[in-house]
This record gives sequence, structure tokens and C-alpha cells, in this order.
Amino acid sequence: MVTSAISRRSGRETRDSVVIRFAGDSGDGMQVTGSQFTQETALAGSDFATFPDFPAEIRAPAGTTFGVSAYQIQFGGTDVMTPGDAVDVLVAMNPAALTVEVKDLKVGGTVIVDTAAFNERNLNKAGYARNPLDDDSLARYQVLKFDITKLTADAVKPHGISSREAHLCRNMWALGLLLWMYGHERTATIDWLKRKYGKKPTIAAANIAALNAGHAFGETAEMPEHLVGYVVPKAHVQPGRYRTISGTEGLAWGLVAGLRASGIGKLVFAGYPITPASALLHTLANLRAYGVVTFQAEDEIAASGAALGASYAGALGVTSSSGPGIALKTEMLGLAIATELPLVVIDSQRAGPSTGMPTKAEQSDLFQAVHGRNADAPLAVLAPATTADCFDIAIEAVRIATKYMTPVIVLSDGYLAHAAEPWRIPREADLPRFPVAYRTDPSGFHPFLRDPETLARPWVKPGTPQLEHRIGGLEKDYDSGHISYDPDNHARMTKARADKIAGIARDIPLQDVALGVGSGKLAIVGWGSTFGSIHQAVRIARDEGRDVAHIHLRYLNPFPRNLGDLLKRYDRVLVPEMNNGQLVKLLRAEYLIPAEPLTKVTGKPFGVTEIAQAIRKIDGEKN
Amino acid sequence: MTVTTVTDAQLAPKDYASDQEVRWCPGCGDYAILKAVQKACAELAVSRERTVFVSGIGCAARFPYYMSTYGFHTVHGRAPAIATGIKLANPDLDVWVMTGDGDGLSIGGNHMLHVLRRNVDLQIILFNNEIYGLTKGQYSPTSRRGTRSPSTPQGSIEYPVSACSFALGAGARFVARSIDTLQPHLVATLKRAHVNKGASFVEILQNCVVFNDAVFDNITAKEAAPDAQVLLEHGKPLLFGTNKDKGLRLKPGKIELEIVTVGGNDVSTADILVHDETNRPLAQLLAALEPPFPVAMGVLYCNPAVPYEQEVHTQLAAVQGNGDLDALLNSERTWEVTP
Repeated sequence: MVTSAISRRSGRETRDSVVIRFAGDSGDGMQVTGSQFTQETALAGSDFATFPDFPAEIRAPAGTTFGVSAYQIQFGGTDVMTPGDAVDVLVAMNPAALTVEVKDLKVGGTVIVDTAAFNERNLNKAGYARNPLDDDSLARYQVLKFDITKLTADAVKPHGISSREAHLCRNMWALGLLLWMYGHERTATIDWLKRKYGKKPTIAAANIAALNAGHAFGETAEMPEHLVGYVVPKAHVQPGRYRTISGTEGLAWGLVAGLRASGIGKLVFAGYPITPASALLHTLANLRAYGVVTFQAEDEIAASGAALGASYAGALGVTSSSGPGIALKTEMLGLAIATELPLVVIDSQRAGPSTGMPTKAEQSDLFQAVHGRNADAPLAVLAPATTADCFDIAIEAVRIATKYMTPVIVLSDGYLAHAAEPWRIPREADLPRFPVAYRTDPSGFHPFLRDPETLARPWVKPGTPQLEHRIGGLEKDYDSGHISYDPDNHARMTKARADKIAGIARDIPLQDVALGVGSGKLAIVGWGSTFGSIHQAVRIARDEGRDVAHIHLRYLNPFPRNLGDLLKRYDRVLVPEMNNGQLVKLLRAEYLIPAEPLTKVTGKPFGVTEIAQAIRKIDGEKN
Repeated sequence: MTVTTVTDAQLAPKDYASDQEVRWCPGCGDYAILKAVQKACAELAVSRERTVFVSGIGCAARFPYYMSTYGFHTVHGRAPAIATGIKLANPDLDVWVMTGDGDGLSIGGNHMLHVLRRNVDLQIILFNNEIYGLTKGQYSPTSRRGTRSPSTPQGSIEYPVSACSFALGAGARFVARSIDTLQPHLVATLKRAHVNKGASFVEILQNCVVFNDAVFDNITAKEAAPDAQVLLEHGKPLLFGTNKDKGLRLKPGKIELEIVTVGGNDVSTADILVHDETNRPLAQLLAALEPPFPVAMGVLYCNPAVPYEQEVHTQLAAVQGNGDLDALLNSERTWEVTP
């Protein structure tokens, strides 16, 4: 907890920012607890960033360490860019959650436990030989021991629900207590419970009773000595209307906004269930009023095929997956490149190779996106920096795909997909517009006639009279669009396809410096969801007086046209990535600069301190 | 680019031909199929601009290049998926999938299964020559056991799949079979497939003159045909043979067909099974017939249901909401930050 001058306001202490982690069994409802705390935090006016971290198993065996599900939020009055490295308050619903998560708790931090869950069976499953609540193993922390199970059971008793149902209300009791600790309201949560259990009013009432009991517990005389209420100031942000946005929502709404901006009447989204990309299919399935058709295909290949077929027919084809599924779509991407049709491909990257760790984030599909196809098959690659940026990147992907008649891969990841942050809501009238012009004029037409500026071929909707034509994966004659095996023509077409993608660099913003100045000792170059951690780390380093800048790439193929010149103005370039070193190799290959890697492949996002330490190490070497 | 002013009703078969030189081997059965499709299109007066031929990879997959309609030559086995996307984007397009036994039943078998069970409104024409032609003659999933090929020098040991049995098993609601050389029958069958709304599956026995020549002679040769084929007609008895004196009936007490001679052993025409296109179990029995039984030709099964893409668009039309993007972005909880 970053503590400013401790002031007592209505008996509460003030904190600039706080990191809370809710942890329990995957059946304990920790994700909804975290989400609801986030909602109330947002309504309280704090800035925040969240990190849901859950196991791949839907319901892992109760009480086991591999079944622990956690949700972390950092919130505060200053610019919050990451979910935080070290935890101030850990809510551990059972011994497994405690043993897995306590290592991230700050010394002096608070851990809240449900004593009833610390029975012999659960302790054994978590690998505790002795009850940690009874010895001094937690002496470095403030341990708040409550019998949450009994307190919840007492609170829900009047509603006459089963003991199993009562047990499932424990998370609401814990949420109530945490909301009290930070002076948050409960209204949004009560409304949500009423909606969620609309058909089971008794369950809704019991959950609300548990929530209120947790809150009242903090409020009343039962409050133990260490349980203190806090005030976290509102964030100073640009005026406007705000909401929370997850990466999935950002992508879905951005695709709809892109559809509107393009003037295309219909978006066909084809996907196949895969963690963590399925959420996008679910979200878009509810946006049918916005011209969205969703199609759950029989496999990843069919999903990409249906999306490409839709684009061929004049709609906006979009497909989505995670790394292994993108691999299956590879051949269809080749066809999209060869036939020069627009296609938006969203890759929610996860730890690999193969099945890897499906619920854990990684940035290891960069090579796959940029180079992962047979033959010379270039396409555009973009990556959002934050959950809010997912909205803008999705719009940009639609713009590039339709303007350049090309597939565009958007590299999101499992972290962005589920994380949430506050978002200033744009007005549609303020969003970019890029109306698509389908070719309807038969005079002088052939299907591979290129726009002299963009090198894009015309987009013709089947159904257009007198423009009947045939396209396919066979090489085409540059001048007629007919099948051609001519050697020189193939060289010419290969170059045209490469030039078309390279030319997108003229149509995207020049690379800026996110923090710091455009030359100096050290540039930290990142891409994707590591934006927040890198930015905070560079801010800390600059506060320490170090000559370091943060450069963040949203365009990964092609790179912005000034990127090489910019990077060459720094003595050293460090590239933090959640992979084994991919962007760093692309930069070295493209610009012949000695960029250095900083890799992390644990399935967890970079902590700010990890990057700050790396900066200090390099800066120290230099000095 | 051919600029035409004639209406679709005036188009002749040749008007459905593109300006591209047809490059199948001389004598290939595909020529006859191309001719039949162009003739069916002319007789149905289909609109060239609204028609799309989609194919995968293989000899059959070259088909779209030879039509003056829209055409999309895609990747191996995936044409059903691409065609589904086309119909989702624009249900008004008239879409044909041209595929082969390798394309449609081997690498694309999964897509074939799902496009049929979904009942997407397509004409799916499977050219079955029981061989991989474009890759120079390897045995295919429909090759008969014992087929000697470059990859099976001692003869193939796999049991073949029956295209029509597969289609019925997948839930296809229109399943038909014809032969490249049976021109009037083929044209009529293609027209039936086109009229049917939903996934219309047509298997065409097609002779590969180079790698599997005469493989269907036991069924299609002039002298063999009357006994080797039973031509299906809805509501008509399942009679065949030169004198139409042979018939199919259910073997008493069994769920299997037997061949009987009308007039012999007290068998009359009334004892012969009558073809009922809407009877799926009968279609399954007919689809599985192979020599020494006559091979069933014509519409084995036709029992239409609302096509997939039409149901999708019915659901779309039922969705409430005016598509107000600002309302979407401001849905659920928002809060105002004031200066």
C-alpha cells in the first residue's frame, strides 16, 4: 500500500493505491467476487487494473493447490496501469489459496482467512503439516481470522436454504467486508445478484444477506483491532462518461464500430471453442442487432474458411482463436493472401507450445503471426496495448483489412481478454470512418487490377452483374487475373503482395515515444499487454534520474516507417516480452541493431519491479 | 469480360462457359459433367451473376474456372466451409460446391459431414472417380479394396466409404447419384438438386481415363447397365433389367433387400418395393447397394427442411434492438467524471 500522509477521516486511513487479491477454490466464486469489487471500485471513481488468474480445470478437485482461482485488482487515485506486483490484501478462502498466493503478499500485508476452511482435510490437500494459523509462519503478515463459513451460515439462516447453498454465499460475505474496508457501495452488486438469480429470489436474498453481513461485520463492534477502514481517493482523469471494459468487450465492440465505419452491412464472425478466445464468440453472439452473424464452426479450419467465404461474398469476415487454433487456420490465411480478400483474425495468445497452459498468457505467437505460413505470405499484424486499446485496434484492423484487401492478425492475449480497466466511452460520431467502395463498373475490370496507391485489388460482391470472375489459390497473371505459371509473373506478383503490405507503413502513425525523449541511453521497447508494466517501470526509472524511454509498438507488421531511425538514436535497446525473444529478433533482423531481450515465460504478466530492476542493471552497467 | 444484354431465360448452355480453355485430360468424365451442369443451368435459367461455384483442390476443383459465373477455387477439402460463409453473408446467392472423392470424403470429410447436417442451401456435386487424379493416381477413400496404385503396390487394404451412405449418415436431406455418361439422367438429377432448398448432395460416378479407366464399367458399360443399375423414380416400383422384370423387395423377416424376378416364384409387380424418396431407411438400403446388386441411380432421398442460413436470418430478424452503437457502449453501468 502506498501510504500518503495518514489522515483520519471518519476513522478511515487514506491509501493512494491498493492491491487486493481474492483467492479460493475454483468453485468458490472468486472471479465474480473480483468482478463485483471492480464494478464498485469503478463507481467509486478510482482508476484500476485487474488480473483474473484461474485454472484450466472447470472444477478442479476441491481444496487442491492446482484448483486455486484468483482475481487481483489494483486501484487508486493515481494513474493505475497494472494489476500490481505485490499484494496488500489477500483474501484466502482455504489453505490451498493461502499456500499458493501468500508469496506475493507484501511484508506487513493483510491476509483474511476463513478459519472454518482450515480443517485437517484441507490442510493436508494444501500440503500443510501444521495449521499455519496456529504457528508463527505468517508472523510477517497481519492475519485476520474469521469463521466466514459460520458467519455466512448465520446470515443466510432466515432464508432457509441448504447448507451447501449457504456455503456458496461465503464469497459474498468476504466481498461485503472488503467493500466496507474501502468505503465502496454495494448497490451495483445487489442489483447484479437480483438479475443473476431473477428466477431464484431466495438465493438472491441469501447472497444479499451474506453481502450485507460481511459489510456490517466491518461496520460494527465486532471489528477487531487490525481491521481498519480505508479511503482511496478518486482518480484524476479526463472528464467524460466512463465504464469498465475488458479486452474481449473492447475487441467485440471495436469490430462492430469498425463494421459501422466501413459501411459494410454485415460482419460474419466464425469461431471454434478454445480457451481463452471463446469469450469473443459469446460476446459477439449477443450483438446480432448490430449486423453481426456468429457461426460456431466444426473446427478452426472451417471457422477461417467460413469467415473468408463471407469476405468473398462482400461481408466482413472475422475469425478468432488462440495459438493452436491459429496454426490450423494457416492454410486459409494463405488463400486469403493469394486471393487478396479482407479478413480479420484475432489471436488470444496463450502459453505454449501445443496445448501449453491454456489459461495463462504469453506473447509467443508473434513469429506465427508475422511469418507462420508457407511461402512468401505477408499480412498485417497489430497488437493492442490495453483492454481499452482493444477497441481502437479492432477498428484499425477492419480499416487495414478492407482498404488493403488483406488478412490482418490482431495479437491479443489471455491476460487482455479477461482483464478490465476503466474506459472513457467514445461517441460514434467521433470515431473514424472509412467507407468501403465495392467495384461495380465492368469497364476495364479484371479481378487483380490494383489501386495504384494501395496496390489493393477491387472488392467485388458476387451478385454484381457483368463482373463475374474466378479467383483461387493458383498464381494469377498480374495483367489479367487469369491463372499463370509464368516465372517472371510469379516474381512480380510475389513482390506486389509484399509491397502492398509494406506500403501500409505509409498509412499508419509514425512511432512515438510513450514516455521519455526520442534519443538517449536506453529505450525499452514493448508490444501488447506488457504496456502497463513497462510504462510504470520506465516511470520509476526516470524518477530515479535514469536516461530511459518507453517505446510501445501497436503495429508489428509492417513496422512504423521511422522505427529503425528512432531505435538507432539510443545507445541500448531492451525488449521485454512474454516469450523467449521474438520481437527482439525481428528488430535485430530488420534494423541490424543490437537489441537485447528481457524474456518471461511463466504464464504470468511482467511485474513492474522485474522491469525496473532490469533497467537499473543495464543503467548500472553503463555507468 | 463478356458483356451481355440477353436475359437469363435466353441463355444457352454455351453462355455458361467461361473464356478459359478447359484443361482436363482428353476423354475425362469431367467434360461430360461440365456439359451437364451448363445444360442444367440453361434449362433452369439461372442468373450468372448470382451463381457461385466453389471448389477445393483436385481435378474436379478446376470446375469454377470453366463457368462464366462467379467462382472460388479454394483449399483442399474446405469448399463446404467457404460456401457456408458465402451463404451466411448473402443467402440470395446460388452456390454450388464442386468436389471429388479425395477432396470431399478424405481431407474434407469433416466439413462434408457438417455442411450436410446443417443443411446449408447448396448443390454439392461430388465427382467420384475412386482415385487421386491430380496427384497421379493414389488410391482414394472410395477406391475398392485391392486397388493397386503408386502408394498401394500390393493393393489397398482399406474398406471404401460409400459417398451416398456417408451423406445419409451425416443427415443429408437430399441425396442423389448419377453417372458422367448418363447425360439426360445427370442433367435431370442436377436440376432436382438445384430445385431442392437445403444441402443437395449428388454423387457422380466419373471415369478417370488416365489413372482408373473403366473402373465403373461393371456398372456403366452399355451391356452391363440394365442389370447393374436400378433407376429410381419416386412412387414407382424398384424394377430393373433389360426387360424390367427384375425387382427389389425386402427379404421376408429381414431388414435387407433381395433381387426377385417378376413373374417367377409367384412374384408379381405388387410385391416389389415402391421407391419413396422421403423414406430414410429405404434410402440407406439403396445407397449401400453394390454389385451383384444393381447400383441405385437417381434421387435416393429428398425430405427437405428449412435451410440453415434461412434459420440464421430468421433468428437475426427476430433480434430486438435498433443497432445504436452509442447505446451499446453506454449499456450497463457507467459513471460520469466531471472536471
